Amino acid sequence: MKPPPFDYHSPRSVGEALEILAATGRDGKVLAGGQSLIPMLNMRLAAPGHVVDINRLTELAAVTVGPDGVRTGALARHAQVERSGPVAAAQPLLRRALRLVAHPAIRNRGTVVGSLVHADPAAELPAVLTLLGGSVRLARRGAVRDVPAARFFTGPLESAAEPDELAVSALFPALPPRSGTAFHEVARRHGDYALAGVAARVRLDDDLRVAAAEVVCVNAGPVPELVDVTGDCGHRAPGTADWGAAARAVRDRIDPEADIHASAAYRRHLAGVLAERALRDAATEAAGG
Amino acid sequence: MGEPVGGGTDIAITLTVNGVVRRAEVPGRRLLSDCLRHDLGLTGTHVGCEHGVCGCCTVLLDGEPVRSCLMFAVTADGHAVTTVEGLAGPGGELSPVQRAFAECHGLQCGFCTPGFLCVVTALLRENPVPTEEEVLEGVSGNLCRCTGYQNILRSVRRAAEIMAEER
Ligand SMILES: Cc1cc2nc3c(=O)[nH]c(=O)nc-3n(C[C@H](O)[C@H](O)[C@H](O)COP(=O)(O)OP(=O)(O)OC[C@H]3O[C@@H](n4cnc5c(N)ncnc54)[C@H](O)[C@@H]3O)c2cc1C
Ligand code: FES
Ligand code: FES
Repeated sequence: MKPPPFDYHSPRSVGEALEILAATGRDGKVLAGGQSLIPMLNMRLAAPGHVVDINRLTELAAVTVGPDGVRTGALARHAQVERSGPVAAAQPLLRRALRLVAHPAIRNRGTVVGSLVHADPAAELPAVLTLLGGSVRLARRGAVRDVPAARFFTGPLESAAEPDELAVSALFPALPPRSGTAFHEVARRHGDYALAGVAARVRLDDDLRVAAAEVVCVNAGPVPELVDVTGDCGHRAPGTADWGAAARAVRDRIDPEADIHASAAYRRHLAGVLAERALRDAATEAAGG
Repeated sequence: MGEPVGGGTDIAITLTVNGVVRRAEVPGRRLLSDCLRHDLGLTGTHVGCEHGVCGCCTVLLDGEPVRSCLMFAVTADGHAVTTVEGLAGPGGELSPVQRAFAECHGLQCGFCTPGFLCVVTALLRENPVPTEEEVLEGVSGNLCRCTGYQNILRSVRRAAEIMAEER
């Protein structure tokens, strides 16, 4: 249970980090919070020749809140984002989701951007980024690009970030008016990766009837996918919308897998139950706000 | 046990451990937990799982609980680390949290205890009057195979009382 040997790099600026990543290519790995990478190294599931530690790039620790949403730098830790009042005001779904991520000691180190790049289908934040239509900003020597969530997650534990790219920040867009969100999950123990989880967003129109209802499920396929259930719940007030039909639609459209913790059928069942709860809560919040 | 576990060139690091400046030369892959135990001889920090699940190895990094098995010693260079050895007072008198664990039978075999003591010390420092829910959330990342947790929860409440009395 010890990491394999590697060459350790500790760049002092983003520019220096990009140079190192350009030179190391496929043999290099970025180390952010280390809460996923170090377990993988300890278990010898990864053996990079070079580790590029970005923990000294304090320029990447910023979390900025603006009219377009919340931008978290690559060194913004889960705990820092979770505790921020301005973040919770601009995008309450982030705090809700972060409280479901692991335990406080892990949230003190793990980064929001690292969780996105890690692209675990069981993780909460990729679902949040997908639901909100956010994006990840990737930098390589001489170039920067923004990749929307719908194209960022490319497979289980695979993202669009190339080996020579550093994810410098992520944008979680703010909600339009009369919108609400919720996140519900079932885990075997609090803080564990969820057996199933659902993030939901509901937007009402001027007459306070459902104009848009969407969910993204955790652990329901190789990558987080937006499931639009607007047509299933009906263009009605939150109290009379057919959330049961929306939940059935979610169950039919996801593709969970079986593992030692749960069968695919049980995951599908859970996703339906959680989707109905999350949609109702999101609609209630939309009606109140 | 003590010999370096090699790989790449060794890197000189400086940590402030329990208020004392300590230097070590470690390979990049040296876990902070192993650096504390093997390089610095501080075996109070226990190692259970080495993948972040059990919480035994929890120490305070600049005052915040972190898993020392999920951090490289080189990343901690220049930072302050508090281990279970640093919780007692200067004369060796047990801290309120340590006394509460002793009083309330918050430990049996003691393997998980260093992690719990560090986590609870930070929890009560930040939040001297935690709710039941906050206590549960605070210790949720630490596993204990002996106590059944009830006496640990009692110890946390007792520690909060002792700290309030002594304030
Ligand atoms: C016991 C335990 C329980 C956990 N439970 C949960 C949970 O319930 N839900 C959950 O979502 N997560 C959970 N996690 C994982 C945790 O959220 C991690 O912090 C997160 O997945 C990765 O973030 P990190 O900053 O630690 O990344 P690291 O571990 O440093 O890196 C992870 C991967 O992303 C790459 N990477 C990281 N940052 C960048 C960057 N800026 N640019 C390019 N590549 C980058 C790394 O090269 C590596 O491949 C758990 C972890 C542990 C140990
Ligand atoms: S040894 Fe670090 S969490 Fe188990
Ligand atoms: S006292 Fe034995 S594991 Fe907790």
